[in-house]
Formats: sequence, structure tokens, C-alpha cells
Amino acid sequence: MDTLSHLAHGFAVAFTPTNLMWCLLGTTLGTAIGVLPGLGPALTIALLLPITYQVAPEASFILFAGIYYGAMYGGSTTSILLNTPGESATIVTALEGNKMARSGRGGAALATSAIGSFVAGTLGTLGVAFLAPVVVKFALAFGPAEYFSLMVLAFITVSAVLGSSSVRGLTSLFAGFVIGMIGVDLQTGQPRFTFGMTELLDGVDVIIAAVGLFAVGETLYMASRRYAGKDEIVPLKGSLYMTAAEWGRSWKAWLRGAAIGFPIGAMPAGGAEIPTFLSYAIEKKLSKHKQEFGTVGAIEGVAGPEAANNASAAGVLVPMLTLGLPTSATAAIMLSAFQSYGINPGPLLLTTQANLVWGLIASLFIANVILVILNLPLIGLWVRLLKIPAPQLYAGILVFATVGTYGISQSPIDLVILYLLGAAGFLMRRFDFPTAPVIIGMILGPLAETQFRRAMTISNGDWSVFYTHKLSLILLTLAFIGLAGPHIWAFIEHRRRRGPEHVPGDA
Amino acid sequence: MLNRRRFLTGTAAVGATGLAGLHFTPAFAEGAPQIQIFVPAAPGGGWDQTGRTIDQVLRSEKLISGSQITNVGGAGGTVGLPQFISQWNGKGNSLMVAGMVMVGAIIANKAANNLTQVTPIARLTGEFEALVVPADSPFKTAADFVAALKADPTKVPVAGGSAGGSDHILFGLIAKTVGVPAPSLSYVPFAGGGEALSALLGNQVAAGISGFGEFSEQVKAGALRLLAISADKRQDGIDAPTLKEAGIDVELFNWRGVFAPPGVSDADKAAMITLVETMAKSDAWATECKNRNWTPILLTGDDYAKFVTEDTARIEAILKDLGLA
Repeated sequence: MDTLSHLAHGFAVAFTPTNLMWCLLGTTLGTAIGVLPGLGPALTIALLLPITYQVAPEASFILFAGIYYGAMYGGSTTSILLNTPGESATIVTALEGNKMARSGRGGAALATSAIGSFVAGTLGTLGVAFLAPVVVKFALAFGPAEYFSLMVLAFITVSAVLGSSSVRGLTSLFAGFVIGMIGVDLQTGQPRFTFGMTELLDGVDVIIAAVGLFAVGETLYMASRRYAGKDEIVPLKGSLYMTAAEWGRSWKAWLRGAAIGFPIGAMPAGGAEIPTFLSYAIEKKLSKHKQEFGTVGAIEGVAGPEAANNASAAGVLVPMLTLGLPTSATAAIMLSAFQSYGINPGPLLLTTQANLVWGLIASLFIANVILVILNLPLIGLWVRLLKIPAPQLYAGILVFATVGTYGISQSPIDLVILYLLGAAGFLMRRFDFPTAPVIIGMILGPLAETQFRRAMTISNGDWSVFYTHKLSLILLTLAFIGLAGPHIWAFIEHRRRRGPEHVPGDA
Repeated sequence: MLNRRRFLTGTAAVGATGLAGLHFTPAFAEGAPQIQIFVPAAPGGGWDQTGRTIDQVLRSEKLISGSQITNVGGAGGTVGLPQFISQWNGKGNSLMVAGMVMVGAIIANKAANNLTQVTPIARLTGEFEALVVPADSPFKTAADFVAALKADPTKVPVAGGSAGGSDHILFGLIAKTVGVPAPSLSYVPFAGGGEALSALLGNQVAAGISGFGEFSEQVKAGALRLLAISADKRQDGIDAPTLKEAGIDVELFNWRGVFAPPGVSDADKAAMITLVETMAKSDAWATECKNRNWTPILLTGDDYAKFVTEDTARIEAILKDLGLA
């Protein structure tokens, strides 16, 4: 049997009324937990594991798949409306999404993220169905050297969020490195920057940092500006959904986001954050509306990263279904659900459990459709949140951020960190330091460090691995072009316009 | 379905596993307790599987009404341990999964906290380790691997779990036994089994050392080749020699067990030991152990405490020998 007939069979499994009901339940639940910071799909599925004793394997995996995809949709809502990311994969969405919401285009931001999620989720699921064996080979070719080069490439995204001054932006980035380094070093087990505090040994959760810097910092800043009459939120301007122009700007970003997200999601150490960073940087570079980035909010900056994080969620399923390799917490828990049915997840899963796997893939397509139907009408309801008067709205955000943070690990220390970072976020905002590079530094810094040290251990200290490995060299070259390209281009343009005899020394 | 069948044969099973099971059941019959399981590792690895299996069996045996699993991963459990000690202090309904890996990591990392600060409940399982290579590796036998290691250890990067853990210890023991100096070894620590596995499948490293269970499916599928296992004797259904048979005089069992937090009452401790003991003697637990290639090696309370102390001393000596501590 070929892929198509397998897939048709999968749809036959997924299209029974009971299984559709499980799918609807899963997607609804997933959307709800995605909205709440601190409650992720991994934890939710872990809590629902006992259900595997009660229902057929198909039903429980369809439920889990619904939760998994649903959380990816829900996570962007609070990022856009409240600047409070529910998942680390939606941190980038907050950058432009929240700016759009403040200037009256919250509905469009939510719509582009929902439709973009649908498009990318569907493309990603198609990728799982048709390309899995190819993609997994490519993904496994990524070793520590390649990952490090990928991180280097991701670092150029920092230049997209630096703001008006590179010095201020880089200061923020390095502050992020330091925060990211707090805790026990994975390679040697030594504590760093913990000042003898046990609570700091696990490091600072990136969600807490994002919520602190973005939501709490912003709220404090708004409170300080209450009577200056600045930064009023415009609840809604123009149509609720996207205009034709916004569609035109979104669709390419969705496709690019999906193309970046899927392969990186399939890599064992790829994750969902890096593709969102890369997508954001690319959209900003390619956009004809650069002036909207960081001011009124550019729709490409929402559409791309949202598509990227949903496509990467589909990508994660590739190593899980083809090799039995869990590359995210959610995948690991879904694999342990396989085991509770006595199914050994491994390279033989696809052949021994074809019904189950293809039923799962078919249900992912259905989940995507249900999610977009579920989410679009909700937009009208969500944007009404912004009609709440500012003081009440911001008080609500503070409560939401605090409760969500406490929910992550029930640790009071996390609340102290949240408000310390909130205060830092306020000061940064007040003195015009961008906050996004801190988060990028926190996520990329430790990843790059670990992969670099692994690569060096494997090569026995030989630096050449970074340019003798073909993939690594390609990635480094791309990073170089990304960084130096615009300057070289500007130099050439400059010369062409002024003529060769006027070569300025400061190009 | 499984539950009902077990329920029907339940009385006989309890009787067969000893009166103890019957005797202690009433203590939990009235409002079966909720428990909390603390896993100081990321989801997916050996401790996580142990924690989730404990949870499953306790539930299916109706010994608890529910449980919550918390994962705090990193550095061989030394990230999670301090949190368990400080934040879970006195919580009598809590269990932490830990084992030999944590003992090694505490020593190698010179961690501030150690296992004498928590309350030993029971040693549950042991797992022998496996030495594997990617399917298209030039190493066909353990002897090939050893020859390459002797020729130039820096050219043989080996992937495994966190620094100072059982995988690292076994690698050091193998090297020491065949006369390769420990500091020259190229060991690449990964946070979890999944990550090390992908490095092997992607031919990023020359070999891998981890619990047999983490590799068994890939070995079955032909993606990895099993060179040797660290068990004391040849195992049924496993087509590979022990290290001893392969001429490397090393034997290692990676044990796993559970601990309660510090500051729990004697009553809570006794009840927890009973609970875990009842679970470990159930058929469901035996089945799970068989499925997962775990050897049941139950040891509880004070005997377990004594074992942990002795094993800590043994591992410390090994790590010092190897230059890891």
C-alpha cells in the first residue's frame, strides 16, 4: 500500500463519530490550556494518561493530538492581546502581535495567526505523511557542529529586534546570556551564577522571563504614564478580520514560516523557538513595511512566526513516528502512552502499528480544520478584552501573569523572579533598551554553548568541524550573508548612485 | 479489561505474594491516598519511565486514588535534588525517583546536597547497560571497539547520559580495565536518552553507552548494533555477550529506587514503604519490569539506606580512580 491509501485508511479511522468527538474535545481543551501561561500540552497530556486504560488507542491519540495542536493555536492569543506569552514558541508573536492589538488591529493579528496556524499545520502534517522518511534523514545529519552553526544563524535574528541603538540591543542580548547561564551547567554539573541559592540551580524559566519583561514591565510602564495620556489602546480600527492588503502580506509569510518551521521542528534538538526567531528576522528583512515593525505592528511579523511554530509542532512528530525518538516533552509523554498500550515505540512503529499511526496523522488534519473553525469566531470575543478600561485591563494582566507563573512550578521564588524581571523590564522600557534580545539571549545562549562544547569534545578540540561539515558551512555562510549582506548591498547601491569617483571612506 | 481479569484473580495473587499484601491493604482502602512523584530528569528517560510506571501500577492496583508527576531535569538529577530537599520538605505523600546515576553525579559535580539528606524508601529495579554502535560502524565486536580505544581514545567519542552518571562510569571502567588512561577519553554527555540516541543514529559519535532498554528497540530494528551488555550473565533473548565474555572484566547494574523528602514522619515513612512494597510485589509491576528489561531487586527501608551508603562509597572510589571526582 502506498502513502495515499494508508492516509485514506487513516481518515476512515478518524472519521468515526466517537473519534471526531475526541478530536473536538482535544482541540477545545488544547486551545484553553494554550491560553493559560504555565499550563502546557505536555503537562495536560501527562495528567490525562490514565485515560489510556479506558479507551481504545486510536481515541486517546486523537485526543492527545488535538490537545497538542490546540495548545499551539491558543498560545498566541494571550501573546497578541495581553503581551503575555503562554508558550515559549509564541514569545516572538508578542513582539508585533501586541503592537497590532494596541493600534486597533488585534482582530487581524489573531486572524492571521489562526489561519497561518491552519495553513502551516496542514502543510506540516502533509510533510509528516509524505516526507517523514526523507526529513528524518536530514534531521539526523544534524550533529552538534551543525546545531551550533544553526544557533549562529539564529543569532542574526537579534539584529531584527535591536531597536534604534545596536549598543543598547547588544547590552540586552548579553544580559540575556547571563540570565540564561544561571543554574547547573549540563556538561559538568557545576552551578553558575546561583550565588549559593538552591532555587536558582534550575535556572530561570524563559516563560517567566518573557512574562516579566513583556507583560509586567509594560504594565508598570503604563502605570507610570497613566496621566501622560500616551500609548492609549485603540480597541478596534477597521474590519474585525483581515483586509485584502493584510491577506496579501500574510500568505507568503505563512508559507515561508512553514518551510522554516517543519524541518527545524523535525531535528532532535531543533525546538520551536528557533524557527520563530528565524521567521521573524526573514519577514522583517523582506517586508515592504519595515516602518511598521516595532511601531504599529507588522502583520508579517505575526504571520511568519505563528506559521513557523505550528509547522515545527508537526515536525516534532517526524522523529517520534519514524524512529520512536521523543524530541519534546509532549512527544515523550505521547510515547509513554504508546507503552501503556503495550506498543513499543521505535523504528518499527510505522509498519507494526500502521492503523494507529495513520489514524493519528488523519486526525491531525481534522484537528487543524476544527481549530480554525473554533478560533475564528472567538476572535470577536477576544478583542473585546481590549475594550476594558486600561487600569482594569492592566490589573487583570498582572493577576493573570502572577497566577500563570505560580502555576508553572508552584514556587514562590518564581514570583520574586517575575517581579524583579518586571522591574527590570520597566527600567529598560523607561531608558529605551529593547527587551526582546534578552529573551533571545536566554534561549539561544545556553543552547549554542552546549552544542559548541559537544562539538569540541567530539572533534577533540579541532575547530575545523564548523567549516568542514558541509551543512555547518552552509549555515555559517547564510549567517554571514544575513549579517554582512545588507551592508555590502548598501555599499554597492551607494557607489552606484554617487559614482565610483566619490567612494566614501565610511561605507 | 486487564483490570477486571486481575481483579478476579486478585485474591489469589495477593495470597500468593504473601500475607503482607493483605495485611496492609486496609491502611489504604479507606480513601486511597494521592501521591506526588518527583522525577529529577526530563520526560522520556529511565527515571521518568520508572516514575510513570510506578504511577500506572499504583493506579491500576487501586493503591492510590491519583498522583501528580513533576519533572525537574538536568545534571544527573543534581538540579532536581536540591529542589526536592528544600521545597518538598516534610511532604509525606511524595516520592522522588533516583538511582546510581544521581549518586555518581553528586560526587562528580561536588554537589552541595546528597542522598543522605532524603529518606530512603525502596530500591526497585536494576538495569544492565549496553555498549552499542551505529549499524554501519566499522566496530563489529567489543574487541574492535577496545582496539580502537587503545589506538587513540580521542578518536572514539562515546555518547551517554550526564557527566559522572552510570554510562560515564561504565565507560571509565571499561577504559581502566583495558589500560586506557581515563583523562584521554572523549565522553559526550547528553541530557536524556533520546538526545544521545539521535547522535548515534546520525553517526555523530563512534559509540553509545546507556541502559539496555533505551537502545533495545533500535537494536531490534537493526539501526544500532549491540556489542556487549554489562550484566553478570548472558540474558535470554539478547544476542550479545556480556562484557566479561567479551574479555573486559567489568560488571555494572544501574539501580533505581525511590526516596521520600527529608522531614517526613515515621508513620508516613512506614506507610510509604508499605505502599511501594505492595506495588513492587504485584503482578502488574512484574509484567512492566519484564516489558522494560528491568531486573526487580527490591530492598526497603534501613537495608536500602545501608545499601545507598555502601554504594556511594564504592562509586566515589571508582570515580576518584577514574579522575572524575
